[in-house]
Amino acid sequence: MSHTDQPCCTDNWPQIKAKSEAALPRAIVEYIEQCRAKEHAESQLISVLHKLQGTVGYIGKEQIDAVAQLLGVPAAKVSGVATFYHFFSLEERGKFLISVCLGTACYVKGAQQVLEKFKEELGIESGETTKDGMFSLQVSRCLGTCGLAPVVMINEEVHAKVAPDNVAALLKMCQDKA
Amino acid sequence: MSEIKQIKLTIDGQQISVPAGTTIMAAAHTIGIHIPRLCYHPDLSLQGSCRVCIVDVKDMGQYMASCSSAVWDGMEVQTNSPAIRQARRDIIELLLDNHPMDCQTCERDGRCELQNLAYSHGVRERLFEGERKRFAIEDSSRSVVRDSEKCVLCGRCVRVCAEVQGVYNLSQQGRGFHTVVTPAHGANMDDSVCIQCGQCVNVCPTAAFLEKNYTEEVWRALGDPKKHVVVQTAPSIRAAIGEGFGFEPGTPCTGKMVTALRKLGFDAVFDTDLGADLTIVEESNEFLGRLKKNERLPMFTSCSPGWVNFLEKFYPELIPHASSCRSPMMMLSVLIKTYYAEKMNIAPEDIFVAAVMPCTAKKFEIRRGEHYMTPEIPWTDAVLTTREAIWMIKNYGIDFATLEDEQFDAPLGIATGAGDIFGTTGGVMEATLRTAAEKLTGKATEKLEFTEVRAVGGLREATIKIGEKELHVAVANGLENAKRLLDQVSRKEKHFDIIEVMACPGGCIGGGGQPYPKGHFHVLDPDLLKLRAKALYTIDQSKSLRRSHENPAIMELYRTFLGEVGGEKAHELLHTTYRPQLPRGVK
Repeated sequence: MSHTDQPCCTDNWPQIKAKSEAALPRAIVEYIEQCRAKEHAESQLISVLHKLQGTVGYIGKEQIDAVAQLLGVPAAKVSGVATFYHFFSLEERGKFLISVCLGTACYVKGAQQVLEKFKEELGIESGETTKDGMFSLQVSRCLGTCGLAPVVMINEEVHAKVAPDNVAALLKMCQDKA
Repeated sequence: MSEIKQIKLTIDGQQISVPAGTTIMAAAHTIGIHIPRLCYHPDLSLQGSCRVCIVDVKDMGQYMASCSSAVWDGMEVQTNSPAIRQARRDIIELLLDNHPMDCQTCERDGRCELQNLAYSHGVRERLFEGERKRFAIEDSSRSVVRDSEKCVLCGRCVRVCAEVQGVYNLSQQGRGFHTVVTPAHGANMDDSVCIQCGQCVNVCPTAAFLEKNYTEEVWRALGDPKKHVVVQTAPSIRAAIGEGFGFEPGTPCTGKMVTALRKLGFDAVFDTDLGADLTIVEESNEFLGRLKKNERLPMFTSCSPGWVNFLEKFYPELIPHASSCRSPMMMLSVLIKTYYAEKMNIAPEDIFVAAVMPCTAKKFEIRRGEHYMTPEIPWTDAVLTTREAIWMIKNYGIDFATLEDEQFDAPLGIATGAGDIFGTTGGVMEATLRTAAEKLTGKATEKLEFTEVRAVGGLREATIKIGEKELHVAVANGLENAKRLLDQVSRKEKHFDIIEVMACPGGCIGGGGQPYPKGHFHVLDPDLLKLRAKALYTIDQSKSLRRSHENPAIMELYRTFLGEVGGEKAHELLHTTYRPQLPRGVK
């Protein structure tokens, strides 16, 4: 190509924008648009990631790049924030996210044994997802309901005073729901 | 103007008064106390993360970071005591504990800030044995190597990339012990929005960032009897290379540099300045053409490969504004493998072209597809930074300081003063104006120095009257500064005719491959950059020929080889193309 053959339009923004929008749920794209209509849209980054995780269940590379482009925040920053917070998951998680609280109160009430039982029943380690995509297991720190210890959260639901013996029933309940 | 309140405080028993808002570190400096520091950099935002600069402030109960604490009335500061020295030593020991023990074989040995701190704080043994972070070296890039095991998380690279270059390619990923500085997603440098400027290498206190080393390739070529090995040196090398051999910054060392390179065994030593003169002749012709037709204005200069990368990744919509001229280095390499090869009757594939550049992005530039003679033969074979060239000269055992001055080789060694000033911000613009002024008015002009375009502060705009015509020009160095101009161009807020951009602060003299500063100078130090720039202006003033088009070697080139300025052959050999590159950067 000689120098005179410069492409007439070198702006790739329309393609980048379309690709970014396709990588995100419509609701998130709209939310980012609302943020951008106001000042300091970049300060809404965590809020956008929260909503994204709430909708999709995790924050993948494509989504990070899409949020960066549409919100106007450098991808390195979005990636830095997403990897910093324990709350954000960078990988696809199971339909049911089981969080076993290992905060002080839960721990002394035997939460470790509850966690071990979940591992045994599911055949996965903490931070992993079952092959069928049904369950993800993670450890959380104090959920603020120490009076109910030991506490296990399954998605948005809190389960109080869980003993190792209840684990099988909890899993069955999830499978019935699914 | 409201008067700034003076604050009275005591530092190490001495009563002083400083303006409100002064930090403890700066206040201590006024009475000759240098508080040790690591993450702090005067030209970057405050981070306050390394804690090396702690001091004792009475009644505070804990040590305070002096870089990020402002003074208050009645403050009593102790910068030194056995307890503070112990605490600082502990902090440094903890940093060392999580660091490879390979100082002897490390590229930064002797020039490492962490090593210097350990020495000056009396760390003579390692008391804390613990887990160490482990990361693989990321050396897939053509220009910048990342070794995260050597990173102390000071964040200077993150800040220079975001704040000075406006690129924001790096950030701290993850948290706690597992924190690592990388581009988004931990991507390789060449797969990220990195523009290869190498400022991360410059500001890194250790060897967590380094330029990719090509000295071995050059040694190999020099040792190959079948190769005709040629070297060219960029304008800014002569202004900085002396620093590697104990010369005061700003000492021009052109003659010694040529002699040293010849002693290394190069068959010819050519001057990239001639490429710069040629760039000016082609570029000013291109500019006057656009001005006449009033199209694709402002025109952007295109000598700085970091800037070209930035344009292609961050402002692809403005690509048509870029001058199609290859960089001076590339123009000279092309001439070496065509004009010179023909003259010497050597096949181009038997010529090895090495280029000593102030720049890491040049290492990337030579591997762009546009810069190959054939798919197998690159126009430029290897780029060495100023630091690598200094190392080779030392490695060979050449006593640089005692060398006689020698001249560049003919026929590609003659350059005007306009070529010399290419190495500093505003230099390309000034050189362009020197030639364009004559072409525009059609007669010899008296004005030679256009000091109004020397963008010492990073950004400069000027209106230059040439004959009846008024030219609106702007110059930027440091891409965060360039952004401000580009946004104005994008929004059509302001009319410019021509804009010069150099990616690095101060231009090539502040490039990512220049010597690490010594003595009281710090990296990016404006005082250091001024001295290097002064060296180039001194060389320019000492020359009788100071306008590119008056260069007799250039005239000869057009007469016997290139044909017309801006003609078909000149276009084929001396011009290039650009295209949007991914990933696209977020402005």
